[in-house]
Amino acid sequence: MTDALLTISDLSLGFRGEAGFAHILDGVNLTMRPGEIMGLVGESGCGKTTLARAILGVLPRAALELRGGAIGFRGTDMLADGAAQAAIRGRRITFIPQDPFSSLNPVFTIGEQIDDLMKWKSPRRGEGGRWPALLAPYGRSRRAADRAAVIETLEAVQLPQPERLLRKYPHEVSGGQRQRLMIAMALLPEPDLIIADEPTTALDVTIQAQILGLLRRLASERGVAVMLTTHDLGSAWEICDAITVMYAGQDVEAAPVTEFFRAPAHPYTNKLLASLPDAEGGGAMTGIPGEVPDFLAPPPGCRFAPRCERASAACATRPAQTPRGPGHLVRCVHPVAAPVHAEAEA
Amino acid sequence: MTGLKRLLADRAAAIGAGLIAALVLVAILAPVLAPFPGDVSEFHLTERLLPPDATHLFGTDRMGSDLFSRILFGARITIAIAVIAVGVSVAIGVPIGLVAGYYGGWSGGLLMRASDIFLAVPQIVLAIAIAQTLGPSVENVILALSATYWPFWARLVYAETRAMKGQVFIEAAQALGASDFRVMVLHILPNIASAIIVRTSIGMGATILTAAALGFLGLGAPPPTPEWGRTISEAREFLPEAWWYAAAPGFAIFLVVMGFNLLGDGLRDILDPKIRRGAK
Amino acid sequence: MRRIEIILSRLLWLIPTLVGLVVVVFFIANVVPTDPARIIAGENATTEQVEALRAELGFDRPLWEQLGIYVRDLATGNMGRSLYTQRPIADDLAHRLPATLELTFAAIIIAIGLGIPLGVVSAVKRNSLTDQVLRVLSVSGLAIASFWLAMELQMLFSTRWGLTPLNGRISGFGPDEITGFFVLDSLLTWDMESLGGALLHLLLPAVTLALPAAATILRFTRAGVLEVINSNFVLYETAMGLPRGLIIWKYVLRNALISTVTQIGLIFGVLFSGAVVVEAVFDWPGLGTYAVQSILQSDNKAILGFTILVGVVFIVVNLIVDILHTFIDPRTLK
Ligand SMILES: Nc1ncnc2c1ncn2[C@@H]1O[C@H](COP(=O)(O)OP(=O)(O)OP(=O)(O)O)[C@@H](O)[C@H]1O
Ligand code: SF4
Ligand SMILES: [Mg+2]
Repeated sequence: MTDALLTISDLSLGFRGEAGFAHILDGVNLTMRPGEIMGLVGESGCGKTTLARAILGVLPRAALELRGGAIGFRGTDMLADGAAQAAIRGRRITFIPQDPFSSLNPVFTIGEQIDDLMKWKSPRRGEGGRWPALLAPYGRSRRAADRAAVIETLEAVQLPQPERLLRKYPHEVSGGQRQRLMIAMALLPEPDLIIADEPTTALDVTIQAQILGLLRRLASERGVAVMLTTHDLGSAWEICDAITVMYAGQDVEAAPVTEFFRAPAHPYTNKLLASLPDAEGGGAMTGIPGEVPDFLAPPPGCRFAPRCERASAACATRPAQTPRGPGHLVRCVHPVAAPVHAEAEA
Repeated sequence: MTGLKRLLADRAAAIGAGLIAALVLVAILAPVLAPFPGDVSEFHLTERLLPPDATHLFGTDRMGSDLFSRILFGARITIAIAVIAVGVSVAIGVPIGLVAGYYGGWSGGLLMRASDIFLAVPQIVLAIAIAQTLGPSVENVILALSATYWPFWARLVYAETRAMKGQVFIEAAQALGASDFRVMVLHILPNIASAIIVRTSIGMGATILTAAALGFLGLGAPPPTPEWGRTISEAREFLPEAWWYAAAPGFAIFLVVMGFNLLGDGLRDILDPKIRRGAK
Repeated sequence: MRRIEIILSRLLWLIPTLVGLVVVVFFIANVVPTDPARIIAGENATTEQVEALRAELGFDRPLWEQLGIYVRDLATGNMGRSLYTQRPIADDLAHRLPATLELTFAAIIIAIGLGIPLGVVSAVKRNSLTDQVLRVLSVSGLAIASFWLAMELQMLFSTRWGLTPLNGRISGFGPDEITGFFVLDSLLTWDMESLGGALLHLLLPAVTLALPAAATILRFTRAGVLEVINSNFVLYETAMGLPRGLIIWKYVLRNALISTVTQIGLIFGVLFSGAVVVEAVFDWPGLGTYAVQSILQSDNKAILGFTILVGVVFIVVNLIVDILHTFIDPRTLK
């Protein structure tokens, strides 16, 4: 697809440690279009954060071992490390971390941290020149324009009294406010893509939906694509345009959100949906018999095989991505048939 | 014994342990190793200030005594001072810190305030005051160092004990009716031992430096004691010609203190990953 | 609000701590029943002369009464008379304090200037050759006896190569005295000759004194940086593409400095202890030399005064550190 924003192809990587090589991501394929809000869904430990960090270029270098594949962002290879990638980070691709409590620097005011962000990543920033980081100038007129944008954005994320907030230290504001702040900081550089890694799990349940709703609204208003990792299918259903399911470091199924809930084709996806409590939301992924495989010695081929009722010998080879419908891709040798009413409609 | 293995696997700690082992050996075997064991007290005025050669490895001093022999005997003084002074400080400071930390309250606070008074002045300053009053001798140096060093242990043990007190297993032991003494000695002490051991190693190094400084200032053992700090101060008036005179004891101090510091660092990594802070 | 509370509570503790210090030092100085009157009176004095002197100096009263008098005098800034300079001890000390403070400040500037950047580099390049070398150097810096280092440096740079002055604070008269800090005074009076002389005289003593402190700061900074470099906010700042230099030298360093700053009191202790002997070697006319001379003269009162003054300086430094801490780490005010 030429109009793709982000293309991950056959990404394979892992970490080398004392126990050996933990092969986390195994041939991950994934595509995002501009403005698309995509939910990356999977159980805890399936590699969502690892994938997000790979895109952001912040995997621990010492242990990281890249086995192959590519992450393309508008034609730039994000696995490389150079000026082009540095220019994209924080500017075209921004980040909303999982834990708003520890992700802000505790000893600087919020204002100072936003100032530095804007100094380096504001959309009004021209070519930087070759200044050492601490001495780089920050022109007066740009500073004023940036400040106006900051206030406007803080208001947009519904933070009251933005001027006062900027003078506060992170520990002086609540978790929900901090996460609104992180959303504002992710929006301020006017990026094309926001990576939001479980942006609400650290928050109180009562405000999770609010924050996600806010993110959804602002992102679609501004045409920003969002990759939202979550293990909560309920919230994915509510705010995402499309969903990609991961299992043990492999992508297993990707589909637009209605299609996904109407006609899940992968056995793992089906189990997931079946294990959901009746009411939407709060669906933690439990209740599938068996255990997530060990990344040090994962099963060959489809990693779901040990827990899959439909598994056969053929599953020892990783099945290719097979189209099941418009934008619906599944990786399974024996996919689940689409529900009857769905076929009738087609 | 895996602890010992891990210690020796750490290169720095192994070097430290080696240096200390060498010091102890030298101190014990000084009479055997020293080519001129008599030179601790004898002098040979015809052989004054000879540069190092095959007979006098480190040269001779202002009295014509063999410096190498004197340095070897000096190791004994150094060890004696460090071991006794630190030992006494531990013996005073640990119980005080333990009791103050365990019972807390205002009496505990008062004990800690008392130790604050001692910590309000750098150790060497108080030690100078004490050693000066008592007069120059090795015993008085030891006394001065012990009297000024125990608060460091009291502070350390106090803080560790306070942290321990809230722990579930301590409360469980109390609930089972263990006496306070039992809880302190059998439950808390073993758990804070690693912190004490680490501090002890580094404290030995610091104590050796302070003792040498006292010797240098003329507050240590009187001549002709082959104390290293005093030897350096004797060497002063013969510099720069007799460079070896000060060099030998200076290096000896350096190596020994280095040994204790390296060992302390290594022990800290192994025993107590919590205290990663690196000071003396 | 809370900052003021912290300062006040510290100030309140200052008084009992000081009183305690005076009592402790006073009794230490008097544990051995030496006879200062006899020493002062000299070898040939008659018993009556000694007795008269004893009564005059108050040595015939009970110890607790002497203590009371001492404390009462101390409250008015009177520390008694030095047995040998025959001047008021308080004046002697006040006169010498700037010299020691100047030396200590110079050393702390050098120590910070070396210790912090090297500590950061050591942590950022963890386990590299640079890190290994720096670690060996910092362990060594803590193991060297400062008086020995002072002597060796003096021997090489002054006696052998004649690059630096042998000892003292200045050759010639020095700048007109305003604050007693020669560097500051020569700047205030724009006396460039004195400035050069003062700096040159400062060089070796300050460097000697700075080394162990620099090693301490290096170790704290390294540990502090390592503690925060894997924290979430660094991950966030990196993911947001902020320049590495900004992240390390601003965001990480400020966090790492918190642990270093809390240890400045300790570092100051390292410096002050060093100053006593380093001054003695370089004949630096500060408190250290005064203390050493008083020791040699068995001048108890002078040593007492010196100890108390150092205690006060030390407590004030720790107070400043605590206040500084509330600025550098806003969380302490919560
Ligand atoms: N630096 C590392 N070294 C070794 N293993 C790692 C490293 N980082 C992550 N892993 C492993 O990779 C696997 C995937 O972790 P990851 O954090 O990506 O999962 P996740 O889907 O984000 O889970 P969660 O929902 O709990 O956040 C886990 O088994 C984890 O233990
Ligand atoms: S049928 Fe085979 S390929 Fe499909 S999920 Fe089960 S094991 Fe995997
Ligand atoms: Mg995660």
